[in-house]
Amino acid sequence: MLFYLFAALATISGAYMVLTRNLLYAAFALLLTLLSIAGIFVMLFADFVAVVQLMVYVGGVLVLILFGIMLSTRVKDKSVMSQNVNKSWGSMVAGVVLVGLCYTILQTDYATLPWIEAASTDVLGEQKSTVQAIGVKLMTDVVLPFEIASLLLLIALMGSAYIATDKQTKL
Amino acid sequence: MDRIPLEHLLLLGAVLFSLGLWAVLTKRHAVVVLMGIELIFNAANLNLVAFSRYDPQLMQGQLFALFVMVIAAAESAVALAIVLRVYQHFKTANLNQIVGEE
Repeated sequence: MLFYLFAALATISGAYMVLTRNLLYAAFALLLTLLSIAGIFVMLFADFVAVVQLMVYVGGVLVLILFGIMLSTRVKDKSVMSQNVNKSWGSMVAGVVLVGLCYTILQTDYATLPWIEAASTDVLGEQKSTVQAIGVKLMTDVVLPFEIASLLLLIALMGSAYIATDKQTKL
Repeated sequence: MDRIPLEHLLLLGAVLFSLGLWAVLTKRHAVVVLMGIELIFNAANLNLVAFSRYDPQLMQGQLFALFVMVIAAAESAVALAIVLRVYQHFKTANLNQIVGEE
């Protein structure tokens, strides 16, 4: 099934991102993970979220990260390789969190939850695209968070442009 | 097309979250720590979208996932600008070599 292919791809490239020491390899492994998650979003009937994932994460955040790598490393020395610290403790904490989460997920009986039982029929019905519903919701129910998000983006844009400006060369 | 079991989606989210946590805890380059944070955001988004499928009104989880993406984009822009300034000032992006100076 296609979902398990995407899930395996996301897991393997995510693990490779952590295990590799080369920053650029890690960035491209993250690219593969983000693409797989976008594919999984499509299979969950979240087509608009998948498109936003492609545009914002793959097109925006990952390019920013690549720029960050290129501007914060010198290729001549070894700074393109990242160092590992706290190897045993970090692995232990991450492993404990993973085991705990998996144990909790496997212990829970989702089929008896009332709101999942209520949705056991296909709630989407004949309409499989969510774009129109999300557009209507964004302009009615969540219009205030939507406007606040736009303000936040403006502030983040101005703030990051101000922070990244080189003050020495600026007159 | 039959449904993907909810448990499998949540397990994938748990695995991605742990991988992101592992990267944040063990890596010492600031950009890789940011990449781990992005992975954690994606794991959370996956859970939100997975549960959104069971929402009779629909869209609540997906809308929340969209806002998470907005926050993530703003966060990574500001964080990378800070990493850039830190690199220009300390000549390194290694978090363990960044120490305060008098």
